[in-house]
Amino acid sequence: MNKYTLAVLVRNQFGVLNRVTSMFRRRQFNISALTVSETESSDFSRITVVFEGEEIYKQQLVNQLYKLPDVDSIKEFNVENSISCELLLIKMRNDPETREDIRAAANAFGAVTVDYSKDSLMFRLTDDSIKIDDFINLMRDYKILEICRTGSVSLEKGSTTIRQTINF
Amino acid sequence: MLLSGADILIKTLIEQGCDTVFGYPGGQILDVYDSLYKHQNDIRHILTAHEQGAAHAADGYARATGRVGVVISTSGPGATNLVTGIATAYLDSVPLVAICGNVPTYQIGTDSFQEIDITGITLPITKHNYFVGSVDRLADIVREAFTLAMSGRPGPVLIDIPKDIQAAMCEYLPQTCSVPIEPFPAKDIRITEAAEYINNAKRPYIYYGGGVVSANAQKQMLQLADKINAPIGCSMMGLSGIPTDHPRFIGMQGMHGHYASSVVMSHADVIIAMGVRFNDRVTGDRTNFAPGTKIIHIDIDGSELSKSVIATCGLRGDVKKTLEKMLPLINERNNPLWWDTINYFKKQEKDNLDTRPGMTPRNVITRLNNYLGENTAVATDVGQHQMWSAQNLVFKKERRFISSGGLGTMGFGLGAAIGAAFGTKERSVLVTGDGSFGMSLQELATAVTYKVPVVILIMNNGVLGMVRQWQKLFFDNHFSHTILDRKTDFVAVAKSFGADGIRVIDIEELDVALQQAFNYDGPFVIDCQIDKDELVLPMLPPGGTMDDIIVKVDE
Repeated sequence: MNKYTLAVLVRNQFGVLNRVTSMFRRRQFNISALTVSETESSDFSRITVVFEGEEIYKQQLVNQLYKLPDVDSIKEFNVENSISCELLLIKMRNDPETREDIRAAANAFGAVTVDYSKDSLMFRLTDDSIKIDDFINLMRDYKILEICRTGSVSLEKGSTTIRQTINF
Repeated sequence: MLLSGADILIKTLIEQGCDTVFGYPGGQILDVYDSLYKHQNDIRHILTAHEQGAAHAADGYARATGRVGVVISTSGPGATNLVTGIATAYLDSVPLVAICGNVPTYQIGTDSFQEIDITGITLPITKHNYFVGSVDRLADIVREAFTLAMSGRPGPVLIDIPKDIQAAMCEYLPQTCSVPIEPFPAKDIRITEAAEYINNAKRPYIYYGGGVVSANAQKQMLQLADKINAPIGCSMMGLSGIPTDHPRFIGMQGMHGHYASSVVMSHADVIIAMGVRFNDRVTGDRTNFAPGTKIIHIDIDGSELSKSVIATCGLRGDVKKTLEKMLPLINERNNPLWWDTINYFKKQEKDNLDTRPGMTPRNVITRLNNYLGENTAVATDVGQHQMWSAQNLVFKKERRFISSGGLGTMGFGLGAAIGAAFGTKERSVLVTGDGSFGMSLQELATAVTYKVPVVILIMNNGVLGMVRQWQKLFFDNHFSHTILDRKTDFVAVAKSFGADGIRVIDIEELDVALQQAFNYDGPFVIDCQIDKDELVLPMLPPGGTMDDIIVKVDE
């Protein structure tokens, strides 16, 4: 199983996310992360999809996406040609015995303390998904109260943009 | 000019060259029906007995003409009744525009009377659908819908129009008829690669489907076949694409395909597939389909390439444009040894033909063939009669076999036959079974009202024959709920609808009945009695390989 990151530029219309996810569900594509956001143009929204599976299914996913009239362009990203990151918010139990260990780990990862109460600590971490996985795994040794992460967003390095990607 | 949404819709339909629509009125589409009333000299509305019949009629019209079929319904149940029709068109890539009314925008989302989320429901069975939220966009949405329905791989598009949008006023600027997006050939590098495989082939086999008819690429396909001296087989959706008696044509592929065609395909070293999607009914066990054979696959829809069967060389592009570029790269060759093999299997098929006298399925369809004109469209429903028709009908012209291939919709046939008759402006034929006909016979009312000349041949065996056949072969003769044994008198049914009919029990009577039917001005039912134990053969069992093909079943 490989991991693929795809950026999909779609027409910014009501229900477009539903069209895309309905297709994923119907054809049973294994999507591990999906984010949607506004873009530099109000005509378009941008969807970042992280797909796990074989190359041939990834190709099928791309082909099926292109069949949706609301899809404008698709670009596949890899570590070399792009920057990817995601945002994590994690709430830990604030226990005097573990507090310093947790804060040291957060410090090492560059996570920022964004909330502090008598019983809880909240950190914010922005990094690539692997680093975020690592940090969460480390925190599992302590008491995690809640986690929320955004899923990965990606942009291509250099001056080329997805708008310049030609369909097929 | 300032017009209501309803008038804009009808004006835009007329602008798109649409002169016939099928439909059924209701509360939330009243404005549109008022506009149809005003424009009845420019656009003809055919009222069916049920919205599903209207959808199948629009589908049959589109299949027979290659133009976009249009169906109109009201909201709620009217819209949901279209669903089977839309799905049927989607699976068979038929260009269709479905228009339905909805409750006013200010009531949307409140579960109003006859409100349904039809855009949500039809999301996976349309190429695209529209909820019209503002009357300013309406005309352009209709134009876009027509373009989408006929461009690339054709398919259905739905437009949901709330009642207040139909009544709202807006400026309408007429435009010329939309045209499909210009088709493109496959990439040159792929064409060169494919040509090389084809030039090295010793046992080439051309396998085509409905996509070749949609692309109008028969001429180029035959040129390729002539150059490399290849036999041609097709999927069920390809039937009537080239004349049945064409010397290169060896028949339909698949679960109940022609023996020679299926066996020859499994002996090929290169399969040149065009406008087909390697459905499971064709491949059987797809992981063991044609092992070692190189598959060249041309399709306008890139997602079909390597979806079911891995293509050695996948060409995404219009079949016609791609073949036009490929033909000059192909070397002429003869392959005489290959034709020895082909002729051997053709002879084997001939030797195994059902030659029994009397009212056998083959004899029934063969008799029917004598009455078919070049332009006669033959629709079917789904089941044994459909396969007997597919195996034995003789066609001379494309778009004349009208059958639900992908979805396998029982109840498709009568609506489709009516739509096809409007499309060809000629008598059409429906071959159906007693089970399928029972699902759609209310459309006899439509055929009678509009005096549609349609010959309805019911192959009546009193059972759900195809399911029964599976029960016989794979479920130890447990005929669970497939013995209908109904008391329905189809001739009396026909007469009560205002049509006419006759019941036949032997093959000589059938000839008399067919003569009567083909001279009758309106729908005519022939209730043809068939033995319930007749089987569709050959049969490739589901998930099987060519070694498992059943040619004969010993009683």
